[in-house]
Amino acid sequence: MDTTERGSGMLFADPDPDAARAWFRTKSRRLESKVTTVRDAVRELVADGSYLGVGGFGTNRIPTSLLHEIVRQGRTRLGVAGHTSTHDFQILAAGGCIDRCDVAYAVGLEARGLSKVGRRLFETGALQVTEWTNAALAWRYRAAAMGIPFIPARVMLGTDTLAKSAAVVINCPYTGIPLVALPALYPDVALIHVHRADAYGNCQIDGITVADEELARAAKRVIITCERLVHTDEIRAHPDRTRIPWYLVDAVIEVPFGGYPGNVAGEYFSDETHLQAWMAADIDDASITAFVDRHIRATADFGEYLALCGGLARLQALRAEELMSIPVHEGTRP
Amino acid sequence: MTAYNTTELMICLAARSLEDGSTVVVGTGAPCAAAMLAQRVSAPGLMIMFEAGGVGAKLPTMPISVGDSRTFHLGLYAGSMAEIMEACSRGMVDYAFLGGAQIDPYGNLNSTVIGDHDRPKTRLPGSGGANDLASLCWRTMMIMPQDARRFVPRVDFVTTPGYLTGRGARERAGLPPGTGPHKVVTDLCVIGFDEETCRMRVERTHPGVTREAIAAATGFELIWPDDVPVSEAPTDDELRILRDEVDPYRYIIGRA
Repeated sequence: MDTTERGSGMLFADPDPDAARAWFRTKSRRLESKVTTVRDAVRELVADGSYLGVGGFGTNRIPTSLLHEIVRQGRTRLGVAGHTSTHDFQILAAGGCIDRCDVAYAVGLEARGLSKVGRRLFETGALQVTEWTNAALAWRYRAAAMGIPFIPARVMLGTDTLAKSAAVVINCPYTGIPLVALPALYPDVALIHVHRADAYGNCQIDGITVADEELARAAKRVIITCERLVHTDEIRAHPDRTRIPWYLVDAVIEVPFGGYPGNVAGEYFSDETHLQAWMAADIDDASITAFVDRHIRATADFGEYLALCGGLARLQALRAEELMSIPVHEGTRP
Repeated sequence: MTAYNTTELMICLAARSLEDGSTVVVGTGAPCAAAMLAQRVSAPGLMIMFEAGGVGAKLPTMPISVGDSRTFHLGLYAGSMAEIMEACSRGMVDYAFLGGAQIDPYGNLNSTVIGDHDRPKTRLPGSGGANDLASLCWRTMMIMPQDARRFVPRVDFVTTPGYLTGRGARERAGLPPGTGPHKVVTDLCVIGFDEETCRMRVERTHPGVTREAIAAATGFELIWPDDVPVSEAPTDDELRILRDEVDPYRYIIGRA
């Protein structure tokens, strides 16, 4: 296939499927308990320099406890797939953890505004940046999940997004049309928060899965936090509901309210007040560092952070907001 | 007649151009409000999709995020980003509905950087799904306020493809034939695209807005047909539904 155009961005992860196969060959497929703690999982599975893929969608079903622990343990030089990342990126940026980013969406906090600290990482050249799109990153995970080095698609073509990516334009061997060849993305570690998991790592997710099924299959290591740890019988009763099967998973930790201050569907709504507090602090390095010191570095674990943010009463209010303040018929016409 | 602000006007006019029975992927904010309004006024069968995977929700109120639980509340399908993007790629999504920071005469959008990419003056969020949706959906609708800083001859960075450099450029680049920008709804006018040149052409001006005011708010020449009608102002019914049902907390319309 002819190469007609090549993006100038850096490829941060090796797309070689045989190197990945050699790795995946060594992963245990045994049914054995992977239950551990947030502290141990991060200590053992996330190294300085690791490339991370983060599940959920920015402030929705994000693995906050793992992100905080990465900051608490002072991991540095991390790479991150900026795939629909918002508050997750803000945490890692504020913690001084990252030095490279495959960016489709970072810095922005959707309707809430922008992370100034995240923005400054880009503007000062502190980050190595390669551009992509949301679909491109989801499909790069999919290529990795399929065990192939690239996947063709019809996005990014003709734009500067492609020029600053690490993608290559090829001609289709069947139709002759130009296609973008998206390189497989095998993150070193995936961090994913789910509703339910058993001790082996079989995971159920309620609602949209975003790109987590692809991410879990693409990553070399997968750390799962779950709202509730359940008996395997509950998994076996509904095997069709298993979105991430055990053989993908390296660590399982029960972290109730583990997606706070984000939204977890059917469990609790996002804490807009606390997210505003993050934004108010996210104005300069001193201010955000003080905020992160107080909320993350000075707390022993995620439980202490939740307590600092209002504890059970606040969480129950968010639960009420998720479950009851959305009357079924309000605002909808038959 | 009820008084209205320019955001309300933009949302009402954009809503009118979404057909009943069509599919639309929307971003948060004004695009989502317009689609919700269309559903309640003129297009009850409009199917709203969100790029994170939510399809056909009975949206109880404006989502804060395109991935929050409201985006699939009482929905028909809670899928994945890949499924939504692949539906677009298969040709099953009629409209992409986007906002943008900077736009050029061909409808190319910048939401990545102001200034040089590698040492930008201002870093913006990036494409997100905008490039994907504008590449793959049949028609791209945009809502953005119009001024000479946003409507520029050349965008600093083409994040999201409009007609690129003109007629045929999308197809030459490999984008699916028959796709591209459809309308830009601004606070001054409704803009379409000339079939020959693929450049912006004024379709309607808003009530009370002069040609001079529009020209002054645009950093390039707009095509003006001989006869440019004036948009019909939002009706009382549209405004009531927008204010009471779509955005009761005035997240979007209150900011004007």
